[in-house]
Amino acid sequence: MDMEVFDSDFKVPGKEKKKSYEVDAESLSQAQVERLMSVDVDHIRGIFGVDAPVASLLLRYMNWNKERLIEKYMDDPTAINVDAGISAADEEPKVSRAASTTGPTRTTRSGKLSKVKSPSPKRDEPFVCPICFDDTQTETLALSCTHTFCASCWNAYVTGKIREEGEHWIRCMAEGCSLVAPDPFIQQALGDDTATWSRFQELLVRHFVSCNKNLKFCPYPNCTYTVSCPAAATKSSLSTIVPTVTCGAGPDHKFCFGCSVESDHRPVVCAVASMWLKKCHDDSETANWIKSNTKECTKCQSTIEKNGGCNHMTCKKCKHEFCWVCMGPWTEHGTAWYSCNRYDEKASQDARDSQSKSRASLERYLHYYNRWANHEQSAKLSMDLYKKTEQKMEEMQITSELTWIEVQFMKKAVDEVFKCRMTLKWTYAMAYYLERGNPKELFEDNQRDLEKAVEDLSELLEQAIEPAEIATLRQKVTDKTVYVQKRNEIMLEDTANGFLEGRWTWNATVEGFE
Amino acid sequence: MAGIASRRLAKELKEIHTQGCPVGIQLLSADNFEEWHLSLEVMGDSQYQGEVFALKFRFEPQYPISAPAVQFMVTDKYKSPVHPHVYSNGHICASILGTEWSPVLSVIGVCVTLQSMLASCKKKERPPDNDRYVRHAPDNPKQTRFHYHDDTV
Ligand SMILES: [Zn+2]
Ligand SMILES: [Zn+2]
Ligand SMILES: [Zn+2]
Ligand SMILES: [Zn+2]
Repeated sequence: MDMEVFDSDFKVPGKEKKKSYEVDAESLSQAQVERLMSVDVDHIRGIFGVDAPVASLLLRYMNWNKERLIEKYMDDPTAINVDAGISAADEEPKVSRAASTTGPTRTTRSGKLSKVKSPSPKRDEPFVCPICFDDTQTETLALSCTHTFCASCWNAYVTGKIREEGEHWIRCMAEGCSLVAPDPFIQQALGDDTATWSRFQELLVRHFVSCNKNLKFCPYPNCTYTVSCPAAATKSSLSTIVPTVTCGAGPDHKFCFGCSVESDHRPVVCAVASMWLKKCHDDSETANWIKSNTKECTKCQSTIEKNGGCNHMTCKKCKHEFCWVCMGPWTEHGTAWYSCNRYDEKASQDARDSQSKSRASLERYLHYYNRWANHEQSAKLSMDLYKKTEQKMEEMQITSELTWIEVQFMKKAVDEVFKCRMTLKWTYAMAYYLERGNPKELFEDNQRDLEKAVEDLSELLEQAIEPAEIATLRQKVTDKTVYVQKRNEIMLEDTANGFLEGRWTWNATVEGFE
Repeated sequence: MAGIASRRLAKELKEIHTQGCPVGIQLLSADNFEEWHLSLEVMGDSQYQGEVFALKFRFEPQYPISAPAVQFMVTDKYKSPVHPHVYSNGHICASILGTEWSPVLSVIGVCVTLQSMLASCKKKERPPDNDRYVRHAPDNPKQTRFHYHDDTV
């Protein structure tokens, strides 16, 4: 399919340049991260003259902090070798509480079982594994501590650690022994279980990534890509940028490098997004009623169910037209667009006693929450709109001369509506915390323009298709999609610039802005 | 690996029957390879003189590769010992039952360790977070990620 021809219809000028709401990031495959790891391992190998598995254990023990490792190693190599589970401490063997197989169990004065010698197999008697007590096992394994167990117990133990516990730091099975299994031992213990071996390697990569502030593992299930985003590595950077990134698996694997609030909460910064979600969570009971999907017609009181993404509602019974968000007549919205987004702060200013003050503050919150939740809801309903649109696109192909590619404008429009509703949703979270004043007013102007454009396009998409007017519809939808895109660009760009310039001030204490 | 728990527990049971339990420890029930009960008493001078406790062990099929779930029983007959590492619901905060578990340890080995944990107790008191923990605790103590109050036990 030649999508480029069709895409060029929608191109906003200047797309090639990096936008202020975009961030430089690079996606790395697991193999690429492993290469970074082996650079560090080789470096340590060269300096200390140890083999690669030992260097890897040392680095993992020090959370891949090479400088600290070198410092500590120079200071006391024996101590760090013990701490990193490479060699045993030179001390009296610990009193073991192990199950005895060789003699009667006796309690010593300390109440502990008598010491059991390391089970080193003698030539004349068969080896009995002290874990499974199976004397038919012939294959045994031991780390350099010589604590010997049968291969099948080692296999079960190592597999459990990796599969069940997601552990890459796997110690000897003997009680109190702190030796850690190096990679070749793990591989040997796993035998031909290559699936668990590759899970182990993935765990090593995940650990390395978690130790590096420039790196984040893609949070999508079963994805093994890592994203490198040095621009968002420090906490302070998160008060000037919103680091939305995607991994090499494709545009669906989008996530925020700075937080786990939502995959894309632009234009608002992480700290404000998470403050808002916390507030919504805390106040969910008071706010729940508005979230519901049904409302009553303000005129005839019959129940109206919202089933599309558009806010222009028409009561089936009395034909009254109104706005779903503010419940005001739609006619008011058509002319003096769209005061629906701005909260009238005067009401709360007039509040005098504490009771009306708290009512005013709840109303203020509900104003923003209502709109925030509505866009989220509408975005979810866009999925239905998507299905309906596909049907329409098929219809169009039958009733008109248009090809499949030529009807793609409908799908593109739905995509854009979805994207912009996400932007709008988070602009309400941001507006709730924005300090009153000129910058906030300009912010809300942009918000209003975007919202009106989105509602217009959304409404257009829900209209029934007249075969005779398909050409006109196509033109209209295409024009409006381009316009919506442009409004969204402006909203995102101006907000991002505001963060870079330090233009936004808050009516609450926001982390990173103190 | 089918049968590792039953083979191992059969072996432990045989040892208990032939060699007996250490002083102060008694097998109450071991009718299957899923759950055993043992009684526990601290011998000699201690804070728990005259008190008898009971321990419940629950085993997964991977025992002893995976640690058993161990707790003090709280019934009409038995109480949870008042100890800084033991919660009033019987759950025990001891690293050998979690991160420090070794497959070499046995049921009797765990009992002996817990016996000495009680024996060395200087002051009878509950863990500082007892109320909060007990309110939200899962049925199986293995589902709790304890922050060990001190890692000597
Ligand atoms: Zn074995
Ligand atoms: Zn060992
Ligand atoms: Zn991904
Ligand atoms: Zn974020």
